[in-house]
Amino acid sequence: MAYSADVRKVYFDQLEDLKSQGIFKEERAICAPQDSEIEVEFPIGSEKKKVINMCANNYLGLSSHPEVVKAAHDGLDVRGYGMSSVRFICGTQDIHKELERKLTEFLGTEDTILFPSCMDANAGVFEAILTEQDVMIADRLVHASIIDGMRLCKAQNDSFKHSDMAHLEEKLQLHQNKRLRMVITDGAFSMDGDLAKLDKIVELAEKYNAMVFIDDSHASGYIGRTGRGTQEHCGVLGRIDIITTTLGKALGGASGGCVSGRKEIVEMCRQKARPYLFSNTVAPVIVEGALRVLEIISRSTERRDKLEENSTFWRKGLTDAGFIIKEGETAIVPVMLFNAKLSQDVAKDLYAERIYAVGFFFPVVPKGQARIRTQLSAAHERHHLEKALAAFIKVGKKYDILGKTKQEIIDKYGM
Amino acid sequence: MASIKDTVLQYVKNEYLESDDDREITYDTPLISGGIVDSFSMVSLKVFLETQYKIQIPDAKASPEAFDSVNNIVNLLKELNIKE
Repeated sequence: MAYSADVRKVYFDQLEDLKSQGIFKEERAICAPQDSEIEVEFPIGSEKKKVINMCANNYLGLSSHPEVVKAAHDGLDVRGYGMSSVRFICGTQDIHKELERKLTEFLGTEDTILFPSCMDANAGVFEAILTEQDVMIADRLVHASIIDGMRLCKAQNDSFKHSDMAHLEEKLQLHQNKRLRMVITDGAFSMDGDLAKLDKIVELAEKYNAMVFIDDSHASGYIGRTGRGTQEHCGVLGRIDIITTTLGKALGGASGGCVSGRKEIVEMCRQKARPYLFSNTVAPVIVEGALRVLEIISRSTERRDKLEENSTFWRKGLTDAGFIIKEGETAIVPVMLFNAKLSQDVAKDLYAERIYAVGFFFPVVPKGQARIRTQLSAAHERHHLEKALAAFIKVGKKYDILGKTKQEIIDKYGM
Repeated sequence: MASIKDTVLQYVKNEYLESDDDREITYDTPLISGGIVDSFSMVSLKVFLETQYKIQIPDAKASPEAFDSVNNIVNLLKELNIKE
């Protein structure tokens, strides 16, 4: 047997090391559809507990929406369960083309190509369109999937300090000798909940002849007056060359992603992007669900408006209570605790109060910036948020962090 | 003219510290293991050194350890025959 005791020990030791560092991840079993209130089994096998969910990407509350579920059922009946093929062999149905058209319309771009996930879109897009003659200049806080995609691409990579336009300009000047330049950023940053300064980025890109790429996964569907994303919020609709986004968050929450943008770039992805070429087509059931999601959010802004109200209420409630939060315009509200252990202890106590929120610390966020990331949903009712706020205040008092400055929290708990 | 050590230190401060970051960086401060420079943004440091000193740093030599402090970087430059 090749999997000897020695081999097993290699992995056992690595896993033990993760545990000793406190970064071993454990799954919690949710015994209900995704929603603002869920039944959770944690640890798996223990008694189920009803909790308020403050950590889902279910921004518009559409993950279990009856109309979406119905559309998905119909999709299953009419177009089957799976396609048993990649797109370019025999995996493209009429509904895949229809969803691509609808996403193009919604995002205000020229064309769209579906991927199994946005992770796959980001992993495949750069390699498909850039070569060693080009440069990718990315914000330092872009999502891990973008970093992976950049690593797979032969173009030179460089980065600029988070949302620092002067630094970006320096980098654009530095790389004027390259064939193509691409500025890469998240639209909404997943850990900080702030938005890219897309109006300024587009201005700089036009000045220095660079393309602009955004991953709008945490914004598509609810940021901007009609939910078209960061490019709508910043007034640059139609001026972003490449948008990647997901169907796994606000847009229904199942899975699937896309690259949307200039038609030549989309066509290059169809010809060359490896995760598109070598993985199965998005299942019909998801395509039909996503089509219904786009229909729901195109006929009314009610859900994104409610989400905005919820986010405003939540940010104000936490700030008035004396928590330090990261400023931002999104439904992602990080409650800053700075110390890694404190973030884990607070999350544990919140769970005891039936509030499900997760603590993040290095290496997911920079050292000394541990936090609880809270995420709002249009599925949250005011009573959910009031209860969650009361729990946060109770736990905040226990650790004596309310009204304290960053320095005071660090002095008490360390970095 | 600033020494190589100070040129690299100044670059690291400008390139990696946010304006509200009051961490002190010295010649010995661990940059990568200390969480100041991540492996992703380390590339700009490599590009800077290559441009500033007109050299090519082989990938095998551009390890996180070799870039982990200003002193380590100066040692790496010495290996590549860049000296004061």
